[in-house]
Amino acid sequence: MAAAQVRVPSSAKKGEVIEIKTRIAHDMETGMRKDSAGKTIPRLMLKSFVCKYNGTPVFEADFDTSVSANPILSFFTVATESGKLEFIWTDDNNVAVKEEASITVA
Amino acid sequence: MSSELKPSALTRREMLLASAALLAFAATGATPREAQATPAEVDAAVKKLTNNAAVKPGKVTLELPEIAENGASVPMTVKVESPMTDKDHVAAIHIFAEGNPRPVVLSVKIGPRAGKAEFAIRIRMAQTQNVLAVAVMSDGQAFSAKKEVKVTAGGC
Repeated sequence: MAAAQVRVPSSAKKGEVIEIKTRIAHDMETGMRKDSAGKTIPRLMLKSFVCKYNGTPVFEADFDTSVSANPILSFFTVATESGKLEFIWTDDNNVAVKEEASITVA
Repeated sequence: MSSELKPSALTRREMLLASAALLAFAATGATPREAQATPAEVDAAVKKLTNNAAVKPGKVTLELPEIAENGASVPMTVKVESPMTDKDHVAAIHIFAEGNPRPVVLSVKIGPRAGKAEFAIRIRMAQTQNVLAVAVMSDGQAFSAKKEVKVTAGGC
């Protein structure tokens, strides 16, 4: 259900500020909506996101109910070294969705 | 527009408008009472997240549409002026929506590794309201920007 996509430049110069774009399919159910029968739809939100660059968190976010469904999030980081970027979204039940990308820094 | 209210005399257009309004209301799925954070709740949330810092206007740019046709997904970009060095950087950015059921939209934690204090996301807006962005700097100072967005169809 929760398919994530990330866009990271495959290569960058050392010290360059790069833009990272992420997208994840998720209903972001707030727990405030009711179904057609008038029953409350239980809350199930992505509550947090982190981007780690070779293990070091470089961007973290805590989401509340006002973040839209299927959130698109973009941000920046400094290309410090070649390696791996990990992207982790965690929901209310502590279920994590992970995605990764690699970058070559010259 | 007739000022007299005669339900039997409603035109087809008026009926359609009324049912559209009802549908829009039903789609939000919340009663008006629980649909809005109070100004006190927003203030309390700001104080808590800024560690009671005096929040000054400036340094923060909040990009949002003047009019949002679909409140379920409103694109927002937040930029903060900062050299983003080890000594002087933005530590956190908090977004508040004064007219949504819960006052905090999201909190972002960054640092010198970001290179640039900027991010973009899509948010939900229940109704026409102010969005407030507060940036907390590495020295504890806090800066803010506020922008009103007119919402055509709420989406919370």
